[in-house]
Amino acid sequence: MTHFINLTLNGLATGAAYAALALSLVIIYQATRLVNFAQPALALVAVYTAYTVTGITGSYWLGFAAALTAGLVAGAAVERFVIRPIARVSQLNAIIVTLGLLLVVQGLVGMVWGNEQHGFRYAFSYVGRFAPSSVFALVSVGAVALLLFALYRFTPLGLRMRAAAFHPEAARLSGVRVGLMLTAGWAIASCIGALAGMLAGPPFISPNVFDVVFVYGITAAVIGGLDNPFGAVVGGLLIGLGMSYVSGYAGPELATLTALAIVVVVLSVRPDGILSRPTARKV
Amino acid sequence: MTAAPLLTVEGLSASYGAVRALDGVSLAIPAGGICAVLGANGAGKTTLLRTVTGLHPSSSGRVLLDGDDITRLPAEKAITRGLAHVPEGGGVIAELTVEENLRLGGLWRSDRRDRSTFTEVMELFPPLAERRGKTASTLSGGERQMLAIGRALMGRPRILLLDEPSLGLAPLVTRQIFGLLRDLRDRTGLTVVLVEQNAAGALAVTDTGFVLNQGRVVAEGASSELLSDDRTRHAYLGF
Repeated sequence: MTHFINLTLNGLATGAAYAALALSLVIIYQATRLVNFAQPALALVAVYTAYTVTGITGSYWLGFAAALTAGLVAGAAVERFVIRPIARVSQLNAIIVTLGLLLVVQGLVGMVWGNEQHGFRYAFSYVGRFAPSSVFALVSVGAVALLLFALYRFTPLGLRMRAAAFHPEAARLSGVRVGLMLTAGWAIASCIGALAGMLAGPPFISPNVFDVVFVYGITAAVIGGLDNPFGAVVGGLLIGLGMSYVSGYAGPELATLTALAIVVVVLSVRPDGILSRPTARKV
Repeated sequence: MTAAPLLTVEGLSASYGAVRALDGVSLAIPAGGICAVLGANGAGKTTLLRTVTGLHPSSSGRVLLDGDDITRLPAEKAITRGLAHVPEGGGVIAELTVEENLRLGGLWRSDRRDRSTFTEVMELFPPLAERRGKTASTLSGGERQMLAIGRALMGRPRILLLDEPSLGLAPLVTRQIFGLLRDLRDRTGLTVVLVEQNAAGALAVTDTGFVLNQGRVVAEGASSELLSDDRTRHAYLGF
């Protein structure tokens, strides 16, 4: 029983990071129908910024704040200066460009900070059951999901962002600056991606540290339905839990397979994802 | 006794690629007027509205709103000058609730916390009040058109441009919507431009009309005259 509880807590904590990454993908997909393969690159920039700031100031939390800010700014900049000029031409081009951006940024990070591993601190102690850092992961991602829900549902900015995503022309005819809403969406998404990076980075970071995490993040987003933020969170936690149970009871070498199995099962039962709604749009 | 025009279009041209959809259109809409823009499919009616609002770029000509040049203004800015545009099909956002759609229409206003416009729109369209919490995808065609008009009114516009509000609606519902627009003009002085294929219905509620053909104005005048002008009717309006 203790074993089970430990595995559950572990699974939820790692799942929280996947959930955050999935959220960042879903926010952008919802607004632009674009899968942002550059998301781990943005998280990478954020995490290395944190590494540098923490190294200079000695404060983990200053580094943490720097990471979220870096994510926010990098996301906005990528949308405005890289994606927007290309997305006008073709959506597919934009997706390929995000993929290219990932490789370029990984290369650049390696040039600036080196390709070797650096030690990277956890937010809190990570030993024992109910380890503070696990609790922090769960609570922070939960809080982000709630904040995001409140933003979309209850604020004028959220209403504008949803309008711009669902029906850009109708949004413009209501005075919404659609381009600005896209930039805001990318900024928010990348900020959440930066949080995912801060949770998934420790104990070591290297330019390829998020490759595997990203695979699980995108898996979580897909089983959640790709355009449903709650689905992304549920999907992330599901994958975290599934992998934790399987590696605990059956052996860690099966963990990756578990993620795949979850995708197959979920998508064969609900092809549009766990929490997908029937499409409302009619032409 | 003609009032100064609220909306003036001077020699406006616009193209889609090599196709010239508008070819030097000029018209003037007096403040408080209700006016029909008629013509067959592809005559350039929709392009005229989209170019006036700034959804589509003009290649030459000018658009003046109450004397201000708004030709180069993008749609989201033109809206804040008192222009409202209900696009073809209404442009209702199906995923949002009725109330959210309406709130969206008034969001750009600095006095958006003032609920009075919302209350007025609810009173104007009782069916919307009943369904304010439902998503717009559950509305009927007529209700969607009401919602589209309601959302436009939330911005307290001076001039309302409507692109084929009768499209896909039953004749009875069309008459209701047309009657409501006329009533709105009579009560509040709102200027209305009604783009329609349903020429007979539109001419019955408007003061003046313009007939477009192949991107040009080919006839204009009082609606009653257009209705009785057999040549225009047969050549361009098809009834």
